[in-house]
Amino acid sequence: MNLASNASNGSTAAMIASIVVSATAGDVLTASAMRKVGDLDLIRAHRGLPGAIRAVLGNLRFLAGLLCMAISFFALLFALNHADLSLIAPASASLTFVSNAFAAKFFLKENVDRRRALAAVCVCIGVALLAH
Amino acid sequence: MTNPHQSTMTLRRYLVLAMVTLTGSVGDTFLSVGAKQVGAIPLDHLGQLFAAVFNPWIGGGIILLIGFFASYLTALSWADLTYVLPASSLGYVVVALLSKFWLHEQLSLYRWLGILFITAGVGFVTRGPALTEHAAAEPLQSQEGVCP
Repeated sequence: MNLASNASNGSTAAMIASIVVSATAGDVLTASAMRKVGDLDLIRAHRGLPGAIRAVLGNLRFLAGLLCMAISFFALLFALNHADLSLIAPASASLTFVSNAFAAKFFLKENVDRRRALAAVCVCIGVALLAH
Repeated sequence: MTNPHQSTMTLRRYLVLAMVTLTGSVGDTFLSVGAKQVGAIPLDHLGQLFAAVFNPWIGGGIILLIGFFASYLTALSWADLTYVLPASSLGYVVVALLSKFWLHEQLSLYRWLGILFITAGVGFVTRGPALTEHAAAEPLQSQEGVCP
């Protein structure tokens, strides 16, 4: 029996939204944590690999990002258990690219200029086409 | 004083981005090969997932994915998220090419088009600056910031 037939359009959309929101939160929190930690190459040069690992793992924002990534992973597993891979994987991956661009602009204050917006759209279309 | 418009990317940093792309895509492909060797694991025997880690392909894939995460975090420590994500999306292209030439899967015209779009997106983003220079931009706008 096809599990996809059990999931209504609304619940499929909710599952995709859960993946996209948690993945975006994970990426933004991790990126924000790494900005706060600083250049890992320099930290490793001064304090060695254990020092770099301590700097990353000691950052609460990084741990929160990791938690969001874990939620996103399990949300993806749950969605794959209820709907088709060919819909869930490209839809969540390409929407995450767009939501990351918005989140990076508003939360990380990154300069998402026309070049970066165009790159996000191109990758988004590309990922959707790869699913065919 | 550094020029805010000067590129912060060095050969070493491009190599880290290449590491993100290659370890992620090759790691995923290793997992895929291993998963096919191990076969389907039923929901009521999830303990078999732990045994699957000892499959050489899955074990190798996990090591590569740890390398991916380490290089991804390193890249995020000196580049914007909106730079690293599209730049590392070249991994989708590597996965598609590995699928065709290693796993002998068929690539449709849609997939080749997808590869073209992703490559174009990577080209757009990597020609621009890698990092938003907040410290240099703020004093110009507010005249309040004091650079040491």
